[in-house]
Amino acid sequence: MSSNQHARPDGDATIVNASIPELRRRLDAGELGAAELANQFADRIEALDPKLNSLISRVDPVAPAGEGALAGIPYVHKDIFCAKGTRTTCASRMLADWVAPYDATVHERLSGAGAVLLGKANMDEFAMGSSNENSHFGAVANPWDESAVPGGSSGGSAAAVAARLVPFATGTDTGGSIRQPAAYCGVTGIKPTYGRVSRYGMIAYASSFDQGGVIAKSAEDCAVVLGEMAGFDGRDSTSADREVPDYVAALGESIAGLRVGIPKQWFSDALDPAVGDAVTAAIDELRAAGAETVEIDLPDADIALAAYYLLAPAEASSNLSRFDGVRFGYRCEEPRDLQDLYERTRSEGFGAEVKRRILVGTYALSAGYYDAFYRRAQKARRLVTDHFHRAFEQCDVIAGPVTPTPAFDRGAHASDPAKMYLEDIFTIPVNLAGLPGMSVPAGFVGGRPVGLQLIGRHFDEARLMNVAHQYQQRVDWHTRMPPLADDANQ
Amino acid sequence: MSLTNDQLQAVAHLARIAVEPEWRDDLRSDLNAILDQASMLDDPRLNDLEPMAHPLDQTQTMRADEVTETDRRDELLAGAPAAERGLFLVPKVIE
Repeated sequence: MSSNQHARPDGDATIVNASIPELRRRLDAGELGAAELANQFADRIEALDPKLNSLISRVDPVAPAGEGALAGIPYVHKDIFCAKGTRTTCASRMLADWVAPYDATVHERLSGAGAVLLGKANMDEFAMGSSNENSHFGAVANPWDESAVPGGSSGGSAAAVAARLVPFATGTDTGGSIRQPAAYCGVTGIKPTYGRVSRYGMIAYASSFDQGGVIAKSAEDCAVVLGEMAGFDGRDSTSADREVPDYVAALGESIAGLRVGIPKQWFSDALDPAVGDAVTAAIDELRAAGAETVEIDLPDADIALAAYYLLAPAEASSNLSRFDGVRFGYRCEEPRDLQDLYERTRSEGFGAEVKRRILVGTYALSAGYYDAFYRRAQKARRLVTDHFHRAFEQCDVIAGPVTPTPAFDRGAHASDPAKMYLEDIFTIPVNLAGLPGMSVPAGFVGGRPVGLQLIGRHFDEARLMNVAHQYQQRVDWHTRMPPLADDANQ
Repeated sequence: MSLTNDQLQAVAHLARIAVEPEWRDDLRSDLNAILDQASMLDDPRLNDLEPMAHPLDQTQTMRADEVTETDRRDELLAGAPAAERGLFLVPKVIE
């Protein structure tokens, strides 16, 4: 590609698949204008999103202010992030018409870095789901195979990046909601350490787990974006007051001698053998790059799952009590009295999965059951976290599968929520411990993408993204586009 | 541990969520499937562990006691389903 070649106005493949640093270079060199770039991606959204339904709303691009690291780079927010003046729905009827009156810290920082918001991405309602089928605004298709789910809850974000509708998207991860859809859609996602990214203005699901992060094409792009999003925020009482290292600068480091822990319990009967093969091949690449592997113990994933599906609903039942038909959002028609107003508003405004989780959580916290459920689950959280701490005495990062299978068919688990929850068996333990985790594209099974999960120590995002980056120097999975995304260029 | 219809109704009332009769049986079986998994938490290894509320065992930080928020009543009320003269409107509570 010659450097003085001007971008074709319509779907230039070298632009839609370009890295963020490459786009920034072309913008800085004047080969490309920010408005032109935003329009090009907006045109792709217009042309391709009707097939995917990855966005709930579109936002007219506003010219970037200043010269930040993301100046002129288009993106979409998971529709859980407040951006002042944008409709912010959390994919719920409850907030279907609610316009955010303020900016999330994440939005403030990305805007400050010059990123250009093009829309709000579809998701599972209030981030509760693993398939993006629990959205008031309809399900999302997987760009690699429209009969498959994109994963969830950040399914719209992952699908939009996979289809190259935007260079990156924000996501949130409470039990796997960044990593699982990133795996299913063949894109790179990072869930940072709990507290690394501010939760201010991010609509709460389960506050002791919720963590904002990035979905992008590559680890390098994740590093650029996360560097802008992360950092202490006095408006979030659980925000971590720790310096944010230069993630991009850390990308050049060799991984020779790096100790990669392989959790032996994760390569069991529960794992689709073909997924296991793809993940093993990815680990072989890390070894070829000089890393050493060591077998580690991470037992009790089933206990982690049981604990999570009490703790997260318990926190949700408390967080979602604010949706009462009084202060914001939906209200039922002609309430008879205040009780009727609360009950009908919530019954009509929430979808089935949200109601299920609120009821489980309410039960787990109700008088007489608190010790048996909530407190017991908190102890299980300690057990699972201790397993990780022990494992990290033997290794620097942990590598394994993100999910037991590739993306499942749409509708496959609709009738069995408990089965659907098993999709999160490798991601949930990471949230219990508050560790950073990534999903990195590692191949395909039956035409559907598979992800390699990398897990780091607390606040070790720089190392994690570098390991993913070193892997991506050796393979090209992350550069592959689904046919649907390529068709736009024909 | 499984949930009876009466317990379900009591929980639904606490949560201010109506459980329609046609949904009740499916819902009960979904909730019971979730609660069944909770039996794993009977594991005796958990007995002596300290419950964990925060992944980093961090205590809540305190900020300086300074006014940082400005009055944005009108903007915030704009998102309410019904508001009048600076107040949220609800159905009559006292006859």
